[in-house]
Amino acid sequence: MEYVISVLLSGISVGGQYALIAIGYTLVYGILRLINFAHGDVFMVAGLMGIYFTATLPISVSLPLVIILTVLLGFTIERAAYKPLREAPRMSVMISAIGVSYLLQNTATYVTGGQPMTYPDIPFLSSTVNVAGTHTKWVVIITPFLVLVLVFALTQLINHTKVGMAMRAVSKDFETSMLMGIRIDRVISATFVIGSALAAIGSILFFTNYPAITPTAGAMPGLKAFVAAVFGGIGSIPGAVIGAFLIGICETIIKGLPSSWDVSVFSDAFTFALLIIILVFKPQGLFGEAATDKV
Amino acid sequence: MKQKKKSFSAVIGISVLLLFVILLENISALIPGLPQVFQPTSPLFTVLKKAAVYSLVAVSMNLLNGFTGLFSLGQAGFMLLGAYTYAILMVPADQKEQVYYLFGGCAFDSSLMDVLGKLFGTSGAGGAVSMILSCLIALILAGCVAGVFAYLIGIPVLRLKSDYLAIATLGFAEILRAIFQWQKLGKVTNGANMIKGFPTFSSFNITNSSGQIVLRLSTFVPFLIVSLCIVLIVLLINSSYGRAFKSVRDDEVAAEAMGINLFRHKMLSFVISSFFAGVGGALFAMYVANAQAKAFTSVMTYEILLIVVIGGIGSVSGSVLATFLYVACSEWWLRFLDSEQYIGGFKVPLLRNGFRMVIFSIVIMVIVLFFSQGIMGSNEINIGALLNRFKKKERKQ
Amino acid sequence: MKKITAIMMATVLAFGMTACGAAGGSGAAGGSGDTIKIGVFEPSTGDSASGGKKEILGMQYANTETPTVEVGGKTYKIELVMADNGSSADKAPSAASELVGKDVSLVLGSYGSGVSMAGGPKFEEAGLAAIGVTCTNPNVTAGNDYYFRICFLDNFQADVLANFAMDKFSAKKAYCLGENGNEYDQGLVAFFKQVFEAAGGEVIADSFPTNNSDFTSYLNKAKSEGADVIFTPVSIAYAKQIMEQANSLNIDIPFLGSDTLDDNMVLEATKGTNLKLYVSTFYQEGGSEAFDKGIKDYINSDSNAMTANGGNDTISAVTAMGYDAYYVALEAIKAAGSGDKAAIKAAIPNVKYDGVSGSIAFDAVGDAVRDTAYIKTADTASGTWAFEKVQTGSGNK
Repeated sequence: MEYVISVLLSGISVGGQYALIAIGYTLVYGILRLINFAHGDVFMVAGLMGIYFTATLPISVSLPLVIILTVLLGFTIERAAYKPLREAPRMSVMISAIGVSYLLQNTATYVTGGQPMTYPDIPFLSSTVNVAGTHTKWVVIITPFLVLVLVFALTQLINHTKVGMAMRAVSKDFETSMLMGIRIDRVISATFVIGSALAAIGSILFFTNYPAITPTAGAMPGLKAFVAAVFGGIGSIPGAVIGAFLIGICETIIKGLPSSWDVSVFSDAFTFALLIIILVFKPQGLFGEAATDKV
Repeated sequence: MKQKKKSFSAVIGISVLLLFVILLENISALIPGLPQVFQPTSPLFTVLKKAAVYSLVAVSMNLLNGFTGLFSLGQAGFMLLGAYTYAILMVPADQKEQVYYLFGGCAFDSSLMDVLGKLFGTSGAGGAVSMILSCLIALILAGCVAGVFAYLIGIPVLRLKSDYLAIATLGFAEILRAIFQWQKLGKVTNGANMIKGFPTFSSFNITNSSGQIVLRLSTFVPFLIVSLCIVLIVLLINSSYGRAFKSVRDDEVAAEAMGINLFRHKMLSFVISSFFAGVGGALFAMYVANAQAKAFTSVMTYEILLIVVIGGIGSVSGSVLATFLYVACSEWWLRFLDSEQYIGGFKVPLLRNGFRMVIFSIVIMVIVLFFSQGIMGSNEINIGALLNRFKKKERKQ
Repeated sequence: MKKITAIMMATVLAFGMTACGAAGGSGAAGGSGDTIKIGVFEPSTGDSASGGKKEILGMQYANTETPTVEVGGKTYKIELVMADNGSSADKAPSAASELVGKDVSLVLGSYGSGVSMAGGPKFEEAGLAAIGVTCTNPNVTAGNDYYFRICFLDNFQADVLANFAMDKFSAKKAYCLGENGNEYDQGLVAFFKQVFEAAGGEVIADSFPTNNSDFTSYLNKAKSEGADVIFTPVSIAYAKQIMEQANSLNIDIPFLGSDTLDDNMVLEATKGTNLKLYVSTFYQEGGSEAFDKGIKDYINSDSNAMTANGGNDTISAVTAMGYDAYYVALEAIKAAGSGDKAAIKAAIPNVKYDGVSGSIAFDAVGDAVRDTAYIKTADTASGTWAFEKVQTGSGNK
């Protein structure tokens, strides 16, 4: 029983962290139809910034600074690498995203010297707590609730503000909304700002729980978050969150299966298999709207 | 008539290139005292071999991405299949015990080479024949295995649209890697350990009875195989199938209206591209002299994709040119960026480990953003036209 | 127009290539002049960068300590030539040929067995001897006459740890965790299992996928299965992650680690916790006071060295091994009587050297003859390593 609880607990926390990244994916994909491969690496850079800032500044200053600079990074990436290609074929933008991801990883290797870096202890979040006989960090307990609060705030933003309305309009129809006088570039920037801010918060939670950061630390969570976004129906925020929690929990359950079956190595493969099954049988995901192709 | 002239000059061009490679490889034996770069141990030849292998993979990816408009990121997965097929088939029986030491030998006790060795003999000319034949058969089988898998994977995923297809194929490559690394399949795949001991490019060097190398062919062989494969791909692109591929790329709906079976053509292109990626994977195994699933990650696919983009999506000669530039830069010319350099007593700042890759990724971003056509756009190098241009210049003078 | 630019670019680069190559070749060739070059084939980017850099550190320190060697009455300066093998098998061959191209007399390295096996054939082809420093996979030296090594092998290390687990903890049940597809992890786990089960113990083995960061499920599984020890022969970043998570789960089962865990990053993760970590290693701080003091001064005096060592001056065993490897190389050069690579290769098998990590001699395969390993434990209160015991394998009992 204790074991089952501990597996579920880590599943929920992993899922929560994927959820924060997945929202960034789903927002960007909903509007630009772009798989932002660099998103996972932005997440990794946010983690590294957290390490470097807390080394010199107090936590109360450095964490907000991390969020602000990550937002700036996301904004810059969009302006520098995606905006010039707005008229280009979709493939070029995706290649540009892969290029940015490559650049961020290589720069991180250069700066850290290839050493795994240690994320600092954040007061309270890093301290341990005893839940029904299993020890865990507070961050594990807090993550799902924080995710729910953020998602609630975000849905309010999207459904009840002007920017939110513009975002919905742009994701429905890019050209028409342009004709209607929506400043597309602003809306897209806003999307990247929100996505990056969530990635920064996600990085604080994720790396407090798993404190070693390598330059490739963002790649896997990034890909899985994307799968979560597809699973939940791309463009749908609640969908992405539910998808993320499902994937997180399934993954930890697979890892937790008896060793004699020797299937725990397939926890990543399972995620991708799930993706392919979803794409083939229900491409719009759990909550996505069915897209119709106009000729 | 014009077409004939064109293909004639292409054949001449390739033969000249191949002759040049043989000459370059053996020149140090003919003329002593040449600078280090021409010695057989020079990085030049390592770079040439790797670039030859990568250019085949890049062209095969271009066939899919550039000519058929299918954005697939599964190349590393198909290379993995090819590499393992080749390696498993070619490890000689007497090496198996040593290679599969964790698993107490391989599930198959014999190899292709041993089978053919029984027919032709194992030493002298017979040995050479059995080695070359078994290599060729293994290479083709490597391609076939990759092709068959591509067919099976293609049935579900080729119905997906652009970026969904990309992510699905990427996922398949990751799944394949996990399966090949699984310890339970160790008797076949050697689990996490690498398979080694099979014939590599160096096995093609011709030696005399005392083991001294008489004629070096270790760079020529990959060039020969790769140019053969690329010629086949070019012939395909120029055939009616190739024109159908391009029409699928340019406008699926219009192509379908013209009576082109979309799914069939996509599948054909996918299978053929994977076939050559499989052959490329087998050649890669020969280049690194081992096969290990760890090497075939999505990073490798991204690298190949970037090469295709630098060369120009939709240009075969662009891909080839870009591969040679890319490999030479990343593995050789830019290596000096990784260590401290002094120019006249002044220490150049920033230079330390990892800087090479930073510069490299910046260059790639510049190309992607400002030269989105790549080196060649969708044009091809035309040897005949080049010659004509030179002739005209001469006349003018 | 574009075409012309492209062709011009290609020509310029081609010229650059020959120029670079010529520049590389014009340097003093090994054995001639008054410099002897030793190649350093180590990863400074990629997964194993952390370990590779620490190993280089030992060589660099040894080089500053003894920068010259006297051979035949003449004093030669020793120059270390670095090549980054990027921790990956596809970059290793070109890094190896880079060293070959720079005319080094012999090669040291690498950290990590996979890259050593991928680079090995290049050294063999060039007739260049390589001395592996901490590549512990049996297949590095087997089948390659030119590869030697000064460290113990995976099977020995696993044997030592299995015996230690049974001696110290009277362990009946062991939980083993390794990275899927990593030959180092899986090799050690497999050998550990052989020894432990032969002695009547029970082994539960698990593998995690590459780039995994959540280990809590695995650790909880070990706990609920009632394991007496947890054996985690994983690379540094994973080890760090495992230690941190074990701490938050409050796991009091002792951890056994291989030589990779002997790293100050891992040590740091255990500081101030209740974890019990035991590692087998090549060198124990305090083994040679002169070396300890010298290397600490060296690390503290140079900020680059400090960064490479992970920000403090705890001595890693790999640094001591790098240091010993350098002196073994010097012995080989002295024995050969010149910087000639063939003479050095012939001399290495007979080299005997008493290093800080113990006495070093080579057996017929080219492996070091070693029968003991140091076991040390993490002193979690002070964040240092404490000596536990010298452990021999079951063969010496």
